[in-house]
Amino acid sequence: MDEALKTELSRQGIVATTLQDLYNWGRRSSLWPLNFGLACCAIEMIATTMARYDMARFGAEVFRPSPRQADLMIVAGTITKKMAPQVVRLYNQMPEPKYVISMGACAISGGPFKQGYNVLKGIDRYIPVDIYIPGCPPRPEALIDGLMALQRKIDAQQLTGPTRPRHLNADEPSEFIVPSFGAHDLEPSQNPGVWQAPPLVNISPAAKG
Amino acid sequence: MTLETLQPEIEAGVPGCRLEIVPNPSPSAQHSLLIDAEHALPIAKFLRDAPHLRLDYLSNVTGIDWPAREVGEKVKVKKTVDGPDGKPVEQEVEEVQKTLIPGYLEAVYHLYSMELKHGPVILRMRTEDRDQGVHLPSLNSVWRSADFQEREIFDLFGIVFDGHPDLRRLLMWEGFEDYPMRRDYVEPDDYEYEPTAHDEVLRKTLQHHGETA
Repeated sequence: MDEALKTELSRQGIVATTLQDLYNWGRRSSLWPLNFGLACCAIEMIATTMARYDMARFGAEVFRPSPRQADLMIVAGTITKKMAPQVVRLYNQMPEPKYVISMGACAISGGPFKQGYNVLKGIDRYIPVDIYIPGCPPRPEALIDGLMALQRKIDAQQLTGPTRPRHLNADEPSEFIVPSFGAHDLEPSQNPGVWQAPPLVNISPAAKG
Repeated sequence: MTLETLQPEIEAGVPGCRLEIVPNPSPSAQHSLLIDAEHALPIAKFLRDAPHLRLDYLSNVTGIDWPAREVGEKVKVKKTVDGPDGKPVEQEVEEVQKTLIPGYLEAVYHLYSMELKHGPVILRMRTEDRDQGVHLPSLNSVWRSADFQEREIFDLFGIVFDGHPDLRRLLMWEGFEDYPMRRDYVEPDDYEYEPTAHDEVLRKTLQHHGETA
């Protein structure tokens, strides 16, 4: 429908919409997060839900203790290699449509623990991430900004065609490999279907010397 | 209370034990007492129960890895050398004598007394080596707070504490084979490129990308 006509109709007190808009509006306005935290970022996440920042304004206040009822996984904190399989398993147990916010430096890349032997270098090695929120930890405003970015992303989705979201495309996977505990590291150490190593940017010869 | 006064008291209280004061040359001067593994339990009980010591609080247990190392010592040796006129002359020469100290693992216990408000007293125990003889007695029966800390040392250093009620890995998973805090630990190669590579990360980058880097 023509945008100008829509605006004109709404001025006359007539609401016109499309099924796509309604569907996206419903999804983005009731993002129920999964109730779990991994480290200090979880404290900021809790603060975001409380009265001062009030995540309820965005329809995302109902933290669900069961993955079966959750739409949004906020990976808030350091993912140790011992914890990573459980996080992926929780994600697999969530019903579609489901979204992931990678909150804080650790969940994005391992953060200050990146060079350690026991910390996963980012949850995006195993599951697809929709929104990355940098910070150590990010302030509640940053989390709200990330949530609003996710809402805009949902709003812009086309329900048909090649760019349709994953849950409407039967060929796209909904479950991902749960890594197992190996003798020296997680096996596999990343899911190549989800994550590829970032491309090499030139290192100056001075740095090599 | 110093270790110099404490040592004869322990030796009197626990006959047959072998003690050695390990000095700490740093400004903190926190010297520690090396105890032998066979008498560790009676020594621990003595330190906890003796009325003038009452070291009832074990605040910290940690591990140290000492790989085998060479120690050079300068020794003066008499040697026969050719003199300036061609005749053999006996001369004193300084030589560096190298001795190999075999590696071992160490568990360090920090004790305080809540009742008498003194401490810390620092105990050390050494294993025989770093491969098979890694057994030490658990002091969990004397201080319950040793429980998780000894498990952590078992996990990260590989010291086996005999008599521990629940000796499982604490931080790493069951089936993990390495001991990450040992100095010869090789970490898994889950390298990822970083645009700000330096030092160890830069070394890994060059190793992975070779000359294309």
